Amino acid sequence: MRVAVLSGKGGTGKTLVTVNLAAVAAPSVYVDCDVEEPNGHLFFKPGQVQEEPVTVLIPHVDPAACTGCRKCVEFCNFNALAYASGKLIVFDDICHSCGGCVLVCPEGALSEKDKAIGCVQRGTADRVEVYTGILNTGEATGIPIIHRLLEQSSLEEPLHSDSEQQPRRADGEATFIDCPPGSACIVMESIKDADYCILVAEPTIFGMHNLRMVHELVTLFEKPFGVVLNKCLEGENPSEVYCVERGIKILSRIPFDHELGALNSDAKIVANESDVYRDAFRTLLETVKEEVGHEAAAHS
Amino acid sequence: MIIAIPTDNNVFETDVSASFGRAPYYLIYDTETKESTFVDNSAAMMAGGAGVKAAQLVVDSKAEVLLTPRCGENAADVILAANIRMHKTLHKTAGENIEAFLAGELPHLDEIHAGHHGQGER
Amino acid sequence: MKQLLILSGKGGTGKTTIASAFIKLAAAKAYADCDVDAPNLHLIMGWTSEPERSDYCGLPQAVIDPDLCTACDLCRQHCRFDAIETGDVYRVQPFSCEGCGVCEYVCPAGAARMIPAVAGELMLYRDSGQVFSTAQLAMGSGTSGLLVTEVKKQMKSGAGDVDLAIIDGSPGIGCPVIASLSGVDMVLIVAEPSVSGISDMERIIRTAAAFEVEAVVCVNKSDTNLSNTKKIEAFCAEHGLPFVGNIPFDPRAVEAINDGKTVVDIECISGTAVRSVYKETMKLLLEEEVN
Repeated sequence: MRVAVLSGKGGTGKTLVTVNLAAVAAPSVYVDCDVEEPNGHLFFKPGQVQEEPVTVLIPHVDPAACTGCRKCVEFCNFNALAYASGKLIVFDDICHSCGGCVLVCPEGALSEKDKAIGCVQRGTADRVEVYTGILNTGEATGIPIIHRLLEQSSLEEPLHSDSEQQPRRADGEATFIDCPPGSACIVMESIKDADYCILVAEPTIFGMHNLRMVHELVTLFEKPFGVVLNKCLEGENPSEVYCVERGIKILSRIPFDHELGALNSDAKIVANESDVYRDAFRTLLETVKEEVGHEAAAHS
Repeated sequence: MIIAIPTDNNVFETDVSASFGRAPYYLIYDTETKESTFVDNSAAMMAGGAGVKAAQLVVDSKAEVLLTPRCGENAADVILAANIRMHKTLHKTAGENIEAFLAGELPHLDEIHAGHHGQGER
Repeated sequence: MKQLLILSGKGGTGKTTIASAFIKLAAAKAYADCDVDAPNLHLIMGWTSEPERSDYCGLPQAVIDPDLCTACDLCRQHCRFDAIETGDVYRVQPFSCEGCGVCEYVCPAGAARMIPAVAGELMLYRDSGQVFSTAQLAMGSGTSGLLVTEVKKQMKSGAGDVDLAIIDGSPGIGCPVIASLSGVDMVLIVAEPSVSGISDMERIIRTAAAFEVEAVVCVNKSDTNLSNTKKIEAFCAEHGLPFVGNIPFDPRAVEAINDGKTVVDIECISGTAVRSVYKETMKLLLEEEVN
């Protein structure tokens, strides 16, 4: 099963939940799609890390063939091309690699070259396969990295150049996807192949407001989902009220706890350090498996 | 010679714009005929690559000198490729800066800032 | 107008909680929420009036006219973003479309066209004393520095001649953050004393430095991990970054926020600490004028 963990708001505990679920579910797979600020690897500290660059295609001009007609400059909606003093200039970091300029050039003066925008790393920590996606600062989009991450993490022998021929992983090992915060396109990419989504919410009106956003998102994508309430304190929890009012399944309530906070802030995997939390996350895992089972049954 | 300046408004008494790429207008000034034309900056509302597009506009205006408070690296690549000289504005209005430039008082613009990357989609 | 921006790198460190308190303490006449993906500031600033709203258009989107489409498949073959859904007639998946225009170019039937697309909404709250500028990016839109720039522009033109503007920034290090850094006088970095928080704080400090914006640092929820808090203080000392204070974890802060109040509207330990951080930050911001 592939479970994506998301939250509209940053800092609610996505990584806490994803990392610990992957830890108690071992052997399992953990995929960090927060390519701007990946944090999961800080907890797992994976070993035997292999890295593969992720590339996109960028146009390259043959100056001898270019007549300066500027059709490509006019066509580019991203303004990644300019023409000055008889030369075509390409701006790599604005280019979205759509291939349009190559199509419109009447002289065939444009071709495409690979450019690295970041990388995908694969390592292991105990029996968890850890995938980390890293986007280089300043690049236009992290979506190609997420594509590569999700593709690689579902293969038997990832990070080989002929991965197209590899068989897909048997559906035995659970995969946990740590999504970026928010509800922008990059989040949508991260949940595309998920069987189930866990929404993590904190007990503030900010948390509830942002829970509403991702609730809309998973509903739009018709993904089955449940909510984990994190950092729960005494007093009314606006996020809990939101769920109860809409009959949304609450998978677990994690109380605000100094010990948990201290361990987590030292990048320790709490389920490995504390029996209480090992049990709590095991219970959460079972609940999620049940929910995924129900969904499968309902749709068969 | 032809001088280009990013401006907030399209009258000669206008202030210089704080941004090169997203200035609403460019003043194109001919020092010989003393004529001013204003070009609308279509790059200002673009989701991305505003610096590049704005620089292309300046290149196409046939300016030989650009007076601006600052310039991003993408725009600078285009301006420099066209052999346009860049000087840093020191005063508030376009007119004051043109006078200062002609008196040799405006320094070269050397500090090119990193682009305000993709003020646009994705 | 002096502009103070509040950033963190990592999400959930307390930017909005602190920004709202600063706005109250300064009685700021101009403020903005640049976290256009997940804006929160409006939830505590207590505006009851309706804001002025305007559409924000990003890149155009492709649409396919079902009456003209011949299902020749050329658009799908050329689309690099998997944005064309096949069937008896073809359809553009709006969340995947990046607005490149290739399908319009290759379509032999004139069925695929680019049209302007609303990608979000700008809102400006105004009354005789203050302006508050904010926006909401539409779900699935590209993260946008342009919308952030529009929020700041809207605040500046609405505010006219005020002394101080406070800007609540967004998490991360991407385009929206870079757009919010442009033109500000100082950035207050709110750090969280965790390994992830320190890692993200370092990235945001480097980003601010690249844009030559003076940065000062405070730690929120400092007592949740005292040793990490000490590490952050040492980091600042080593790098010559002014450290403006620690704010302890405070359950009463959550109470205040949930009640629609800032932490300086009630008596609480975080409120007291924020007052001190505010004083230190303002001292440096006003000194900055001299440089």
